[in-house]
Amino acid sequence: MDISFAEFGAIFAMQGFNGLSVFCVLLLMALGLAIIFGQMGVINMAHGEFLTIGAYTTFFISTLTENYFPQLLPYYFIIAIVAAFLTAGIIGYMVERLMISRLYQRPLDTLLATWGLSLIMQQLFRSVFGPKEVSPILPDWLMGSYQPTETIDIPINGLFLVGVTLTVTAFVYFLIYRSRWGLQLRATNQNRFMSGAVGINTKRVDSLTFALGCGLAGIAGAAFTTIGSTGPTAGSLYIVDTFLVVVFGGAASLLGTIASAFSIAQAQSLLEFFLSGSIAKVITLATVIIILMLRPQGLFSTKVRK
Amino acid sequence: MTFKAKVNTAGLLAGLLTIPFLLAPIMTNANVPATAKVNTTKLKVDDKFVYVGQLHSATGTMAISETGSIQAERLAIEQINKQGGVLGRQIKIIQEDGASDWPTFAEKARKLTEQDKVAAIFGCWTSASRKAVLPIIERNNALLYYPTFYEGLEQSKNVIYTGQEATQQVLEALNWLAKEKKAKTFYLIGSDYIWPRTTMKIARTHIEKVLKGKVVGEEYYPLGHTQFGSLINKTKLKKPDAIFAAVVGGSNVSFYKQMKAAGVTSDKQTLLTLSVTEDELLGIGGENMKGFYSSMKYFQSLNNPNNVTFVKAFKAKYGPKAVVGDVTQAAYLGPWLWKAAVEKAGSFDVTKVANASPGIELKTAPEGYVKIDPNHHLWSKSRIGQVLPNGQFKVVYESKGLIKPNPFPKGY
Repeated sequence: MDISFAEFGAIFAMQGFNGLSVFCVLLLMALGLAIIFGQMGVINMAHGEFLTIGAYTTFFISTLTENYFPQLLPYYFIIAIVAAFLTAGIIGYMVERLMISRLYQRPLDTLLATWGLSLIMQQLFRSVFGPKEVSPILPDWLMGSYQPTETIDIPINGLFLVGVTLTVTAFVYFLIYRSRWGLQLRATNQNRFMSGAVGINTKRVDSLTFALGCGLAGIAGAAFTTIGSTGPTAGSLYIVDTFLVVVFGGAASLLGTIASAFSIAQAQSLLEFFLSGSIAKVITLATVIIILMLRPQGLFSTKVRK
Repeated sequence: MTFKAKVNTAGLLAGLLTIPFLLAPIMTNANVPATAKVNTTKLKVDDKFVYVGQLHSATGTMAISETGSIQAERLAIEQINKQGGVLGRQIKIIQEDGASDWPTFAEKARKLTEQDKVAAIFGCWTSASRKAVLPIIERNNALLYYPTFYEGLEQSKNVIYTGQEATQQVLEALNWLAKEKKAKTFYLIGSDYIWPRTTMKIARTHIEKVLKGKVVGEEYYPLGHTQFGSLINKTKLKKPDAIFAAVVGGSNVSFYKQMKAAGVTSDKQTLLTLSVTEDELLGIGGENMKGFYSSMKYFQSLNNPNNVTFVKAFKAKYGPKAVVGDVTQAAYLGPWLWKAAVEKAGSFDVTKVANASPGIELKTAPEGYVKIDPNHHLWSKSRIGQVLPNGQFKVVYESKGLIKPNPFPKGY
């Protein structure tokens, strides 16, 4: 093969960035689930559908902007992300109040109920928005690539994703570990009865935690319209990877989720480059299974006295 | 009420004029052949109606693709009914939902053939669903019209395939790439299941043996895969003259959006796909695929009188934003081909209709003239379209004549 050293370097750089952007995709989807699963112990099978809500919210706002405020098209995406967070969060809040809150301490029932919910939501999307996929209009500044040199193309939507992921992760970290509400959340998670006794409204904490997790999924959904599809089942494409990241990282640890997303993304990205797509997936999954057999609690876990 | 008060001579005259139209169905009924004669196998046919089944996924993952087929078949049946139906009988549809689940398809096919005893079934989309219903259709000697382009390697006396089989779609496209784009090296990319794998096998053999070219990469990604960064970098490294793609479903959207973002656009890279029609472009967005090519037998932009009428009727029924893709058009042919075969056979009996099918011609097809081969596939033209930013295709190539279907290619 006639490839110059410079070209090899360019491919190396682009491949490195690819690993980084896969990492951000995985992390962004897993954050919401990590909070819900990690902090509350609820297995939310409908997580992917909250992602879809975010994607459709983006599409809705894109259409609205196109028809009524076409001059705002370059900027609508920022509004769409906020709207996606709020929409998914509010729907998540209602779901928690109406359904999840009645099923605490019954993990298997929650699993089944949320799976049913995911099917209901998918069919609802299909009935409301139609079965065909839609494409929100992406602002020009989000498409295309940034070329630091002649041969290197860094996708701008990839850079955008990295930015969104960093912001959201910082926000979540601050919220959980530095804010008063985060303190209440962690207290409830460690000892529900004592938290109640010192005056924390644990039910309210639960609802807000679930809403936050769903809202984060909404942000992921909005961000993913730049790299993926917007259809009734778009969310289900991500759900398996999301669970993989959270379980592999260790349920109750934010750091674990980050480390897990990073290692899975890099492994996947490198293997795909040197082997082929399906084989890469097989090897990644097999490795994760072996590591989980040796370390069932995941990569990181908080030590608690039993 | 007001109606009575307003009866005047003009109204009376208009009323009188409609009488012949009201009588028309009754009069044709007089010439209708007796049910006992046209239906000797206890199908659901009476003096006024003939019942057919429609078996697609209206719900679930596949609804995205199959909705167009459902709409097209309904339109065709409605038009046939307006023209007086088949053998003087109006067509009634019994619709079943396969729900994107193959065992459900099999169960519904059993219901349609054993319980409802429909005269024909228009349905299925994925090869998996067709394979699931095939044994039932054959055992109960029913008739299925299948609309999707597919991998070939199948032929049944109980199925009429109205889409292209693999060689019709692939060989012309590869020849065109070699001749017009001077392509010598190819990168084959597909989703990981039977259709892309079989199709790419045919493509590889043709590239290596006939075109004397080289396949520099062949890769399959799991259905629903969303990250194509590594693959795109690999194509940058290998620099193929042409990328030959058969990625389907949600992956399709991710693939093209990420291609564009990585700077792989049509001015730098030639790409031809076998899996993008106007329907898929709705999700991908025309501007994200601008300038790439697609090999199909039909594009909505085809400029012939049949197609102009068809697209107009389709939009009138399903809204001005509706688009017509290759499979939607192929599904539209189903009821018309069945009508022609029934009339040729003079009977609804499945064996007689199937036997009458080879040689049936359709001059009114939106894609142009088609005819049924003895192997139950259609002779059709192959076409290559270039993606326009508005989500339509510009037809840049059309095969000279009709291409003979060859579901069991030798040497591949």
